[in-house]
Amino acid sequence: MSVTGPRLQPTLFERSRPGRGGGKIPHPPKDALDRLPTEARRATPPALPEMNEPDVVRHYVNLSQLNFAVDTGFYPLGSCTMKFNPKLNEWAARLPGFAELHPLAPDEIAQGTLQLLWELEQALAEISGMRAVTLQPAAGAQGELTGILMIRAYHRERGDLGRDEVLVPDSSHGTNPATASMAGYRTITIPSAPDGGVDVDKFRAALGPRTAAVMITNPSTLGLFESRIGELLAAVHEAGALAYMDGANLNAILGRFKPGEAGFDVMHFNVHKTFSTPHGGGGPGAGPVGVGERLLPYLPTPRVLAQDDGTFRLERPDERPTSIGRMRSFVGNTGVLVRAYAYIRAHGGSGLREVSDDAVLAANYLKSRLADTFDLPYDRPCKHEFVASAATLKARTGVRTLDLAKRLIDFGFHPPTIYFPLIVDEGMLIEPTETESAETLDAFADALIAIAAEAESTPELVKTAPHTAPVKRLDEATAARQPNLRWRPMAGAATPCPD
Amino acid sequence: MTAPNDLRYTRDHEWVRVDGDEATVGITQYAADQLGDIVFVELPDTGRDLEEAKPFGVVESVKAVSDLFAPVSGEVTAINGALASDPELVNSDPYGEGWMLKLRIASPDQLDDLLDGEAYDELVAAG
Amino acid sequence: MLTALGLKSVDQLFADIPKELRASPLDLPEPEPELELAARLRDLAGRNRTDLVSFLGAGVYRHWSPPAVDQLLLRGEWYTAYTPYQPEVSQGTLQSIYEYESLLAELVDLDVVSASHYDGAAATAEAALMTCRATRRERVLVSRGVHPHYRATLRTYFGGGLELDEIPVVTDGEAAGTTDLAALEAMLAEPERPVAGVIAANPDFLGLLEPMPRIGELAHGAGALFVAVIEPVSLAVLAPPGAYGADIAAGEGQPLGIAPQYGGPYLGILASTDALVRQIPGRLVGMTTDLDGQRAFVMTLRAREQDIRRDKAASNICTNQALLALAASIYLATIGPHGLRDVAASGAARAAELEAGLAAIGIERLHPGAYLNEFAVHIADARLVHRRLIERGFLAGLVLADVEPDDPSLADGLLLCTTELTTSGDIARFVAAFGEVVAGRPPVGVEAGAGGSQPVGAGAAAGADGATVSTAGGTR
Repeated sequence: MSVTGPRLQPTLFERSRPGRGGGKIPHPPKDALDRLPTEARRATPPALPEMNEPDVVRHYVNLSQLNFAVDTGFYPLGSCTMKFNPKLNEWAARLPGFAELHPLAPDEIAQGTLQLLWELEQALAEISGMRAVTLQPAAGAQGELTGILMIRAYHRERGDLGRDEVLVPDSSHGTNPATASMAGYRTITIPSAPDGGVDVDKFRAALGPRTAAVMITNPSTLGLFESRIGELLAAVHEAGALAYMDGANLNAILGRFKPGEAGFDVMHFNVHKTFSTPHGGGGPGAGPVGVGERLLPYLPTPRVLAQDDGTFRLERPDERPTSIGRMRSFVGNTGVLVRAYAYIRAHGGSGLREVSDDAVLAANYLKSRLADTFDLPYDRPCKHEFVASAATLKARTGVRTLDLAKRLIDFGFHPPTIYFPLIVDEGMLIEPTETESAETLDAFADALIAIAAEAESTPELVKTAPHTAPVKRLDEATAARQPNLRWRPMAGAATPCPD
Repeated sequence: MTAPNDLRYTRDHEWVRVDGDEATVGITQYAADQLGDIVFVELPDTGRDLEEAKPFGVVESVKAVSDLFAPVSGEVTAINGALASDPELVNSDPYGEGWMLKLRIASPDQLDDLLDGEAYDELVAAG
Repeated sequence: MLTALGLKSVDQLFADIPKELRASPLDLPEPEPELELAARLRDLAGRNRTDLVSFLGAGVYRHWSPPAVDQLLLRGEWYTAYTPYQPEVSQGTLQSIYEYESLLAELVDLDVVSASHYDGAAATAEAALMTCRATRRERVLVSRGVHPHYRATLRTYFGGGLELDEIPVVTDGEAAGTTDLAALEAMLAEPERPVAGVIAANPDFLGLLEPMPRIGELAHGAGALFVAVIEPVSLAVLAPPGAYGADIAAGEGQPLGIAPQYGGPYLGILASTDALVRQIPGRLVGMTTDLDGQRAFVMTLRAREQDIRRDKAASNICTNQALLALAASIYLATIGPHGLRDVAASGAARAAELEAGLAAIGIERLHPGAYLNEFAVHIADARLVHRRLIERGFLAGLVLADVEPDDPSLADGLLLCTTELTTSGDIARFVAAFGEVVAGRPPVGVEAGAGGSQPVGAGAAAGADGATVSTAGGTR
C-alpha cells in the first residue's frame, strides 16, 4: 500500500462527529427567530455533517486526487474540446469588481462588466459572421433551445403556423432532437451519406412546408466539414425553413468559416469548449447564441445596449416586445463570460485562427499515426477531431472499444469519447486540441497501438482493464436497478466505509 | 441463437405466444442481448387498448433505451409485475419469466403478419 | 507535424471548405500579452462599484464564504475535468456529486436531487415541465409571488405549446403580497383545464412567508403536483418542502457560498420525491460497487438523458453546473449545520433591526406578513431615493418598479435584504442616510461643490431622469 496517491474516501457523513466545526459565523441573538410563526419553522434541523476545517480540506483534496483532469493529463474527449484552461482567466474572474457585483446592480455601477459583455458580443458576432449575439444561455443546450424558440417565434409572427418539424442528421448530438422536443417540435432524423456528410438529397426530400428548422453541426460530429453546406442551406431557405448551426465544433474553423456568412440563421457557441473556460466536472459553461437578420427581433431579453454617450445599459423588461423573453434569471453566466473574453483578447484575431490551424493539424497528425492500426471509416482530412473504429480488431480479438478505452487509463490517458456518434460501429471520437505537444500526441498514439497489440496477444488484460485506477469497472446495472441516490443517515451505511 | 418455433415475432424484436384469443408478449433473446443489462421496463396499465405497431412501453438498459411496439392490437389483460423489481428477468429468461404483458387479441388476422422462428432468425442473421 | 503528413501548408487541411464559403478575415484586436491583458481586466473590474454597503438581495444573496471553499474548488482536478463518463478515473467528481445530492436531500427533505441545473429560474422551468410529463396534463399555475425572472423564464419555456397561468397575490390585509388561496382554488376548479402543477415560493420574491402547506393541499386536491421554490440557506430554519408535502423543490443555490458574479454561474437546485425519479431531468449519481466489491459511485438512470433518449429525453440538458454544486457542498461541509442556522438567523435578526430603524424614521413595510431576512418598504420616488443613497455609499436594495413595472402595488417599493454580512453599524448609518435623503438634505461633501443649498428633492423634481450620479463609473 502506498503512502501517497489516490485512495477512496469515506463520505462527509461518515466523517461527521457531533459538535465539530463552528467558528465561522457569530451567533445571532437567541430570540432572532421568535418572531416567525411556529408552523413556518423547521421542526428538526437538517442532518448535515459536522466537521472541522482540516477534515473538510483533506476530504476534498483527497477526493480530487481520484479525478483525471486536463491539468493532470491528456484528455482527448471528442466533441468536448478539453483544451488547457489559462490560469489568468481564473484570476480575472475573481477580481472583486467582477465577482462581487450583484446582477441587479444599477447599470451606472456595473459599467465595467457591461462593457466587457458588449465587447464580447461584438467579438462573437465577428467570429461567427452573425449580426448580433445574446450571452444569456447558460450552456450549449440552452443555447439550442434559445435558437429554436426564436425560430418558432419567427414562423409564428409570419403566420406560418403549419411548421412542426425539425430535421437533424443521425450523427447529431442528442441535445438537438431533445431541444426540438422541448420547443414542441417533432424530430425527423435524416441518415448520413456514405461519406459521413449530410445527405443533401435526403434532406431535400424531407424539407417542406412542415419544416421549421434544420439543425446541423459543422464540422460534423465525425469531425468532417460539410462541403455541400451551401447547397443545403439554399434548399432550407427555399423551403421557407431556417438553419440552426450547432457550434460545438467551432474550434476547428475559427477564421476559416463564418456560419453567418455562409447563410446559417442562428448558432450557439460553447465557450467551455472553444474559448477555454473550465469544464468544472460537468459545468458550468455558457452558450451564447448568434443570429442573422431574420432572428434579430427575437433575441432573449435583456440585451446589453451601447448608448451614444459611450455608456452601456441593460434592456428594460418589455422594452422589446418581439423578444422570446428570458431563458434564465439575470444576464447570463457572466463569470464564465469574463474568462471567455480574456481568452479571445489574449489570442486576438490572428491567434484564434492559429488555434484552429493547430487543432486541425494535431487531429490529422494523430489520425495518420493510428491509420495502420484502426479502421478509419471516413479517411479524408478531418477537422479538429476524427473517428476511429475498433470494429476489425473486435472481430479478430473480441476486444471492444470500451476495453481499449479502459486500458488507456492504465497508460495514463483519459479515454476518448466512445460509441458516439451512434452511426459508427465501435467508434472512438478523438479530439486532441491545439494545446497538446507533439510528444503528447505521439505518446498517446504509441499507447493505443500498444493496446491494440495487447488485444492480439493478451486480450484478457485489455478486457479487464483498468488495472491501476482507484476502482475497477463498476456494477452499473445494480446502480440503475436499485438506485441509491443519497446517503441515509438513519438507515446506516449500505456498504462499509472504505477506511 | 435460435428463436423458439412455437412463438411468432415482429421485425422490432418482440415475440408473441398465442393461446386462444390471448397473446403473451415479450422481447427476444437477441433484443435483450443487444440492449445489455436491462434495468427498467415501463409497461402500460391493464385495460389499455394497444394498437398494432404503436409503442406501448419502454425498455431501458444501462446505456440504451428502446421503445416496445405492439405486435397486434388488443386490450392489455395483464402485465408482468415481477419486472418492476427484477427487470433482469428479461435478460435471463426472455421467453419465460421475462414476459411483459398479455393482451386480448382484437384482430386475429394481424397474426398473419408476424414472422415464424426461422424467418426471425434469418432477419437477425441479415443484421 | 506538417512534414509527417506530407503537407506544405496547413491551408491544405482546409481545402474542403468551398472557396465561396471561406471566411472573411477576422476583424479582431491583436493578441494581447498577459501583463497588458491583466491591466485591461483590472481596469474593467475597477469600473464596477462593489464598495457600496449593500441591502440588495432579490434572489441573489451575499454571504460569507469561507476561503476554504474557493481554495479547494480551484484545484485543477475539479476545475479541468468534465462530466464523469469514465467512472474509474472520476471517483472524486462522482462522490462529490453523490454527497451534494445527499446534502441537498437533507436540506429540502426530499429523496432525489439532480446533480445541478443552470440556475433557480431554469430549475423551476424544468420542474414545471416535469409536472406536465408526470401528470400528462398541460397547464401549470405559478404564483405571482415567484421571482419575476423565474416567471419570465417559465413563459419562455412554455412557448412550445404548454399553458401557464399566474395566480394573483392578495392585495390587502394580513396576507397581502402572498398567494391568493381563493383565486388558486378557483383556478384549480376548471374541469376543462386540468392543472399539472402549482408553483409557489417560500420566502416569496418580496421576502414573505407563504402558506405552503395549504397551497400544497389545494394542488393535491386537484390532482396536481406541488412545486416549492426555495432559498437553501433559509431551510436551516424554515420548514422544508418535504415537510409540507411538496413533490418537487426548485431554487437558486447561489447563497451556498457562491459569489454574485453579475448573474452566474450559479446553481439550479432541483429535487423530487422518489415517485418522480424517472421524470427528473439532469445527471444523477448513485452508489454502487466495483467488480472487486469496493464501494464506488457512478452516473445512473442515464436512459432519461438526451445522449441516449434523444427526442424523448426528460430534458436537453447536458453541461450543468457541477463545479457550483461542489462549491455548495464544500460550503455546507465547512459551515456545518449550526453555522448554517446562524447564517439564516443572523440575517433575520439584522432584518428586524433594519425594520425597526426604518420605522423610527417613518419608513414602513409594504406588507404586514411574516418575513425572514428580506422585506419591501413603501417610499415615494423610490428610484430617486435609491440613486441618492448610492451617492452616500449604500445600495438600497431593489427598486421594485424596475422589475415589476406593471404592478401598481409595487410602484413605490424598495426591496431590502440583510444577511450575516450586514452589521449593526451598517444599519445605523444606512438608516441615517435614508433619513437625510428623505428629508432632502445633501450628502456631506458630494453636492457642496455644486453650490448647493439646493435640496436634493428639488433637483429631483426638476428632472430625475436626467440626474447623473457623480459616482457612475466607466465612461470614456
